[in-house]
Amino acid sequence: NFRAQSSGPHREGELRGPKVVTMTKLAQWLWGLAILGSIWAVLTMGSLGLELPSSYQEVLWPLPAYLLVSAGCYALGIVGYRVATFHDCEDAARELQSQIQEARADLVRKGLRF
Amino acid sequence: MASSEASRSSPRSRRELEVRNPRQDKYSVLLPTYNERENLPLIVWLLVKSFSESGINYEVIIIDDGSPDGTRDVAEQLEKIYGADRILLRPREKKLGLGTAYIHGMKHATGNYIIIMDADLSHHPKFIPEFIRKQKEGNFDIVSGTRYKGSGGVYGWDLKRKIISRGANFITQILLRPGASDLTGSFRLYRKEVLQKLIEKCVSKGYVFQMEMIVRARQLNYTIGEVPISFVDRVYGESKLGGNEIVSFLKGLLTLFATT
Ligand SMILES: Nc1nc2c(ncn2[C@@H]2O[C@H](COP(=O)(O)OP(=O)(O)OP(=O)(O)O)[C@@H](O)[C@H]2O)c(=O)[nH]1
Ligand SMILES: [Mg+2]
Repeated sequence: NFRAQSSGPHREGELRGPKVVTMTKLAQWLWGLAILGSIWAVLTMGSLGLELPSSYQEVLWPLPAYLLVSAGCYALGIVGYRVATFHDCEDAARELQSQIQEARADLVRKGLRF
Repeated sequence: MASSEASRSSPRSRRELEVRNPRQDKYSVLLPTYNERENLPLIVWLLVKSFSESGINYEVIIIDDGSPDGTRDVAEQLEKIYGADRILLRPREKKLGLGTAYIHGMKHATGNYIIIMDADLSHHPKFIPEFIRKQKEGNFDIVSGTRYKGSGGVYGWDLKRKIISRGANFITQILLRPGASDLTGSFRLYRKEVLQKLIEKCVSKGYVFQMEMIVRARQLNYTIGEVPISFVDRVYGESKLGGNEIVSFLKGLLTLFATT
């Protein structure tokens, strides 16, 4: 919730200290992906010496692909849902049309040449 | 989210605010126009109606960029009708773009709050009193109109445009996590000093400019409130949403993604 997190620019220094390094959004994504990627790599390669049962291995190997596909489906689902439920403001358009008529009449009365 | 904000202040304290503040606060509306001869008188009429009905102190600053259709002539007539203290003309010789139009208009603004909106009737002045109420409720630095939340919406968009809009919005939310739901809309209220600071920082053009304003606002820890608005696509004049716009939007989005 963005309202809770920010408290006005004047308090910035006070709250966070002057030496805070802010990452760009790109850097945040790269870090996140790198961390998840290395966890996955460590588990699948078994380089820590911990030998996972082969049934786990079978799930783990294609996991990134599964995640990618489900993220894609999620995105399509969300966007589709939002397109379908996008409000059509018929009333607002009608109201505007009638106000336009009213405005024209009033402005002509006030001496405006359109 | 909007409703929880609304329920926080008791009805009485809200009424007190409304009685006390309108006299001290002044709202400057910046209206950039380019070929809006049809729309300008109507939007000004609606603005005057909305402000005077709610007893708010205001001025409207029209920044016309030498429109060939004679927008300036209509603006001069409106200045005569409503008075030069309410309608201020600050024209420029040629089309210099929206970003600099805001800077230019703001130099002449005497209000302590600035409202930015389009002059093409897609933003209805009836929402301004709601913006003001919202701003006072949460003492926000910025109040942004949103088409994507609550009772907000659009009129006159076909399926293709809805898909593009929702898709672009989704990607933007994922990549930038900006803390506001409508980044490309340009119907907003700012504290004057906040807008001044933001405009100094923003470098992009077009749709991306509005988006960058919000992203920078988040960086600077400014607070943002939101009010659902109905966006009625322009009735008069040309609309433009072509491949060019989409490409420059994506470029701008990626630039912000990599740099903020
Ligand atoms: N002063 C000035 N105003 C401009 C300029 N370009 C656009 N405008 C105005 O800025 C507002 C928004 O521009 P629009 O053309 O409506 O842009 P849009 O809303 O992104 O696109 P459509 O409404 O779909 O055409 C309108 O009031 C225009 O008249 C400019 O270069 N200078
Ligand atoms: Mg428009």
